[in-house]
Formats: sequence, C-alpha cells, structure tokens
Amino acid sequence: MRPEQGTLISRAQAMAALLELLTDQPVIICNGFPSREAHKIADRPTHFYMIGSMGNAPAIALGVALAKPNKQVIIFDGDGNVLMGMGTLATVGALKPKNFIHVVFDNEVYGTTGNQPTISNVVPLEKVAKSAGYVNVERVLDRDDLVYEFKDMLKKDGPSMLLIKVNEFVEDAGRVLHDPPDITHRFMKAIEG
Amino acid sequence: MIESDWFVQAMQDMGVNFFTGVPDSILGGIIAELMNRRLYTPAVREDEAVGMAAGAYMAGKIPAVLMQNSGLGTSLNALISLNMIYKQPCMLIVSWRGQGGKDAPEHLVMGEVMPQLLDTVKIPHRTLTEKTAVEDFRWVAQTFMQKQIPVALLITKGVVKGLHP
Repeated sequence: MRPEQGTLISRAQAMAALLELLTDQPVIICNGFPSREAHKIADRPTHFYMIGSMGNAPAIALGVALAKPNKQVIIFDGDGNVLMGMGTLATVGALKPKNFIHVVFDNEVYGTTGNQPTISNVVPLEKVAKSAGYVNVERVLDRDDLVYEFKDMLKKDGPSMLLIKVNEFVEDAGRVLHDPPDITHRFMKAIEG
Repeated sequence: MIESDWFVQAMQDMGVNFFTGVPDSILGGIIAELMNRRLYTPAVREDEAVGMAAGAYMAGKIPAVLMQNSGLGTSLNALISLNMIYKQPCMLIVSWRGQGGKDAPEHLVMGEVMPQLLDTVKIPHRTLTEKTAVEDFRWVAQTFMQKQIPVALLITKGVVKGLHP
C-alpha cells in the first residue's frame, strides 16, 4: 500500500474541479481513462480527446500554443504519459511558451492497462519539469490546494506544471463517443480566431 | 542540385508555415535555411515533432516535419494513431539514408524497407528529383489536401544542396 493511498481525491474529482474553472481554453487530454473521464464530466468542443499516441499530449499542446500565442492551452496528462514523452518537458522548458499549463494527474500506475506501477513514486515529475525550464511548478495533494494553484497558474505566464497526486479510482466512464476526425474538426472550429 | 533556399521557398509557396523536426546531414542545408528565415522549431524526437505539427495544424497552420528515415520508426505510432485516424495532415520531409545499401550499417535495414514500410501504413510518398521537383511539390500539396493525412517527400543524398557542397 502506497503511503498516501486513501487520503487522496480521485482523478475525476480533481478534473471536475479544474473544468469548473475553465471556459473556452483549448484542453488536450491524454489517452486512456483521462479522456473518457473528461468527456463524461464536461464534453466541450475545445477538448481534444486523445485515444492513441501515448506521451504526445504536451507535444500537440505545444503546437497549438506556438500557433495561437493569445490562447492559454491546458494539458490533462498522466504520470505514465509524462514518463513516456519526457523529452517534451525539455522542449517546452527551452521554448518557454507563456500560454502553456501542463496538469499531471499522478496516480503512480498505468491505470488503463490494469494498474501496473509506473516509477513516478520515486521520480518527482514536477522537479524534472522545473529543472527542464518550466517557470512555475506545484505539487498538490488535495482539492483546496489544486483549485488555489490552478487559479494562480491561469493568471501567470508559463510554462507551468501542476502535478496532482490522485488515487487509483477510475470513474465509470464509457469510451469517447465522437469519431476521431470529428474531434479534430470541432476542436479546430472551437479554437479558431 | 536543388538549392536549399529554392526548396524552402517552394514549401512556403505551397503555404507551409510551421516547420519542426529532428536534423539529418542530408537535410542540413534546408534546416539552415529555415533557421535563417526564423521558421524552424527544433524537436527532440520525431514523434514529438509529429505531435507539434498536429497541434499546429489544428490551430490553423500548414505543418512540415523534417526527419531522417530512422525517425519514421520513432514516430510511427504517432503517425498511425494520431494523424491517420484523426485526419491530421502534415508534410513529411524524410531523408533516405541507406538507399541502395550504401551507408553506415545502422541505416541499411530502414534504407531498404522504407518504401514498403510507408506503403504498409498507407502513407503516400514520392522521391524528390531535380528534374521533377516542381511536379513533386505539386503532388505533395494535392495529396495533402485530398487525403488529409501525412504525405512523405523522400530526399536522397545529393539532390538538395547540404551544408558542405
């Protein structure tokens, strides 16, 4: 049993709290359960739900952020995803897009494939991001802190990483109902201008 | 031999306005010219470059990704589980290392199988030549627009002027 287990909120609870604070910002959501949960909590055209290309959510978000410097771009990511695409922390840290907020729901497991452990219990991903050049990084354990820090990051220049320790609970959420090309089209339309 | 600035201008004339990638010696001249024009955003891995290009495309840009063909291996999952299924086109400028079996050992397998690999994953491709360059670029633009998936333009050694002529 992990030391923090049982005391943490779920990823879906954390995600719901963040989505309440967002309106029309583009949100890139990593593959696996995070996309399904976000789709269930609030299905917005500004959501880009990933179903494949694990590890690439921040890269996609970086492309959006560079092309649309006037829009704040949010990423909902997981610990397994960040570990897989860790090089992108360096690219983001070097390019320093101000409009880039990287949220990591860290449950220390590959939840979608059966809770096999990742290594984020011993590798603090927000410290990796800080060393790579992210401007603001925070690690939070509960709802009050995550709301406070996320509101703060929405006001600050990034790149920022908010790492939220969450438990392994998975919300009962079905697959994302939209076809992938429809997700592309409605996302493109929603972030136009 | 095609000059790098002609090559970059041809891409810009097609409307390409977001360039990223990972370098190769064959592409050195093109990347230097892109950097001169402040158009190039370097990536650290080819799948990251493909992801950035996809994001830029959705934000209204026309993207190109430059890579050595070894990077096709690295980026294959992004190409087939992002671009192909989400219908997100990009122009892939891929240097053909190992063509004809004349290169360092690490390039020989990919150099031999690359066209079949691209055929297998249904990525349209064409090899650039100096004689057909204008037509090659026209084909890339048309295929990009029609199919809305990645299209590869393969660059063999000596076709575009590199850093060391």
